[in-house]
Amino acid sequence: MDFNSFIILRQEILLLAITLGLVVGEIFIPKNKKRYIVHLALFLFGIHTIVGFCNIEESSLFGGMFRTNNMIHLFKNILNVGVFVLLLQSADWIQEKVIGQNKGTEFFILMFSSLLGMYFMISSGDFLMFFIGLELSTLPVAALVALETSKRISSEAGVKFILSAGLATGVSLFGISLLYAATGSIYYNDVMTTLTSNNLTLLGSILFFSGLAFKISLVPFHFWTADVYEGAPISTASYLSVISKGAAVFILMILLFTVLKPLMHIWQTIIYVIAVATMFIGNLFALRQQNMKRFLAFSSIAQAGFILLGLISGTQLGTATIVYFVLIYIFSNLAAFGVVQAISLQTGKENRDDYNGLYRTNPNLSLVMMLALFSLAGIPPVAGFFGKFFLFAAAASKGYYFLVFLAVVNVTISLYYYLLVIRAMFIRKSEDPIPFFKSKIYMRLGLIIAVIGILVLGLYSPLYDYIFELSTIFNK
Amino acid sequence: MIAGISIYEILTLTSILFFIGIYGFITRKNLISILISIELILNASAINFVVINKYLYPEVLQGVFFSIFIIAVAAAETALAVAIIINLYRQISSVEVKDTEIMKY
Repeated sequence: MDFNSFIILRQEILLLAITLGLVVGEIFIPKNKKRYIVHLALFLFGIHTIVGFCNIEESSLFGGMFRTNNMIHLFKNILNVGVFVLLLQSADWIQEKVIGQNKGTEFFILMFSSLLGMYFMISSGDFLMFFIGLELSTLPVAALVALETSKRISSEAGVKFILSAGLATGVSLFGISLLYAATGSIYYNDVMTTLTSNNLTLLGSILFFSGLAFKISLVPFHFWTADVYEGAPISTASYLSVISKGAAVFILMILLFTVLKPLMHIWQTIIYVIAVATMFIGNLFALRQQNMKRFLAFSSIAQAGFILLGLISGTQLGTATIVYFVLIYIFSNLAAFGVVQAISLQTGKENRDDYNGLYRTNPNLSLVMMLALFSLAGIPPVAGFFGKFFLFAAAASKGYYFLVFLAVVNVTISLYYYLLVIRAMFIRKSEDPIPFFKSKIYMRLGLIIAVIGILVLGLYSPLYDYIFELSTIFNK
Repeated sequence: MIAGISIYEILTLTSILFFIGIYGFITRKNLISILISIELILNASAINFVVINKYLYPEVLQGVFFSIFIIAVAAAETALAVAIIINLYRQISSVEVKDTEIMKY
């Protein structure tokens, strides 16, 4: 353990230092000055995000338990930017609602701990580190879901989340134990070389897969999603749908493409079935939702189904498209959740009918929402189209034409319900529309960054080339 | 290693424990019972790791270390779950599943 290993762990150490610094701040900052902690946390996390872009060499630590390379490092930066935008959007909510209950610092501590868990999860080199990272990223989120302790709906969502998460963890662990029995090691590199296709490894990998499928909310494991999103504070729902899902998709991709590669012909069949089920159920349930948070929950389930199209190809193109799509998806969903949060904070309204006539009173917010929904639906000028196009291309390149056809059908269904929201905002009239309001500076900044992301990412092609170049790492 | 007991008996035991846990999670009507079912699942995996390590790969202690971490994480998870359940109990004075369904479909 010399000085170099600290440089490799730089991002983790810095984030831990910020978290501990906030704990100290919570103790020593007097009660009437607690509102400054939002600015402090945003400032520190902004520095952390910028410092994160410095280059890190490819290397591994602790006998291979922790490893990092350019792709993992890039993904950590994507998560950082996503969390930063999310914090900007939720800063006003924290200052108005959470600081008053004396829970402002807890929010940041829990969110940063969860992010730290995701760092360890995506740079894990063995199943033990993976398991600890997974738990460290899940448990603080359960506390965040139940943060509004005075609201019954929040506690109910918390109970549903923690119990489902516990079951998923247990099943996943049993799967890891079976893989350990078959291969005699928990290190990815050893498992990769000794894994053969037999009944034991098959059962183990399916049980293990279900634990991650819970985090991504793929279909047989999606029942918690809508309830938790509806009950949780909007910042937490946003975090669950973009950051948590993105990190889980990334590590699932690494594991399927490297460790479980000997079972590829089997998991491709499984993912085929799950992708079709996820897209159809997510889209069809989204049609009948009135509450915007539930609507976005089912929309995010459907998006997870589309991500599986990149996963099924198992090629370098698949890796690149997944990372690219997750990047776009983070910005699109953050913009959508940001608008929902801004409106909910000002008026407390969360239903689609409340958005009637929004364009006449708040044209800017309506435009942001429209861009976000176009990006989620995949309409050409915005980034979401390119993300979806590359995903479909990745699946088609391996000959899954029928799957791509089903996905296109689903895109059409999803376009219908995204347009329902746009119709409510632009065409429908309301006797009692949401009055004009001006959000505070942090919220506006968060929405602007998200919109820039939506507009620029699709058209700036060097970014995709860069990701494609890096993605050789997982497809040797 | 225990004399006279092969790995098959112990793995049968842990598999039965695991499926009792799954069955309990699905059928129980009380939040605390559901939590106990989760504990059964986690403990089945912990026993699995120790047994596989001891009987099949005794030269390295990977499985034993894994089970220690499972126990620690399971404790943290239970503590958090109980805290959230108590918070719910303060508001509705009940820990029954049928009382936690104001959000559905």
